[in-house]
Amino acid sequence: MWNSAADFFAMGGYALYVWSSFGVCATVLLLEPFIIRARNKAIMRRLKQERLAEQFDNKGSQ
Amino acid sequence: MNNTNNFANNRLVNWFKLSSPSTFYPLAGKLIPFFWILTAIFGIAGLWVSFFVAPVDAVQGQGYRIIFIHVPASWMSMFIYLVMAAWAGLGLIFNTRLSAMMAQALAPIGAWMAFLSLWTGAFWGKPMWGAWWVWDARLTSELILLFLYLGFIALQASIDNPRRADKAGAILALVGVVNVPIIYFSVKWWNTLHQGASVSLTKAPAMAQTMLLGMLLMALCFWMYSIAVGLMRVRTIILEREAHADWVRQLDEVKN
Repeated sequence: MWNSAADFFAMGGYALYVWSSFGVCATVLLLEPFIIRARNKAIMRRLKQERLAEQFDNKGSQ
Repeated sequence: MNNTNNFANNRLVNWFKLSSPSTFYPLAGKLIPFFWILTAIFGIAGLWVSFFVAPVDAVQGQGYRIIFIHVPASWMSMFIYLVMAAWAGLGLIFNTRLSAMMAQALAPIGAWMAFLSLWTGAFWGKPMWGAWWVWDARLTSELILLFLYLGFIALQASIDNPRRADKAGAILALVGVVNVPIIYFSVKWWNTLHQGASVSLTKAPAMAQTMLLGMLLMALCFWMYSIAVGLMRVRTIILEREAHADWVRQLDEVKN
């Protein structure tokens, strides 16, 4: 179907439309897990800090 | 009395146990890699069929290949909305915390799917119809779906009390369900520029077998992806909302 790599990327003259669609789709779908991971890291950091603060408090009151 | 207890122990208890965030959190963590593997398998197979197996279209040339992401994204945008509304409704009826968290976790990925459906549609419409956008019934109702997702997210974010936010969001999500059949049947009910359904249960598909195969593989990829990402987000939401619970403090990942 494709004679060369250039032929493939040209998409029969529809390169702009096909690659804009697939490119944005891939970008969104790849970015999404990283956004979630960042949010997960933020809550993990908060939980750890709260835990440390609690331990510190407990030591102080003994 | 004894009978009811037995019934509860044998059948219902498992489901209610699963609906507790502390049980669901580790389970979801175990399921995520499994769904990522499925996403990769279906994605690689789907892309390969989309670009190297499916033949060129007689009318639209190579430009038709946008269908392989446009249709799955559109399907998922509608399907995720129904699932999200179902979770929100369950949360409203049974007052279960986890259901509301599931609805909340699904909204962003659904919004992204609606966005991708519109975006790829625009990049398909321009070369084929000569317009990026037309106020056609199919396109307009899909745009409303995107606004419903964004409205759901914004409404929940604007209410400080999480339980009240859940309830308000659930009502919005349930009212918005009316839009999904409108999108689906819009190409039948109105004269639209958008073509009719590519795949229908009642008649043979109007496309080559390999094209259909590519579309279905990509749809499965998007489906598994949505589950993986949904589970990832729901785990984060569980931690945020249960931050003061003892079981969260006792998690290994928090301790170390």
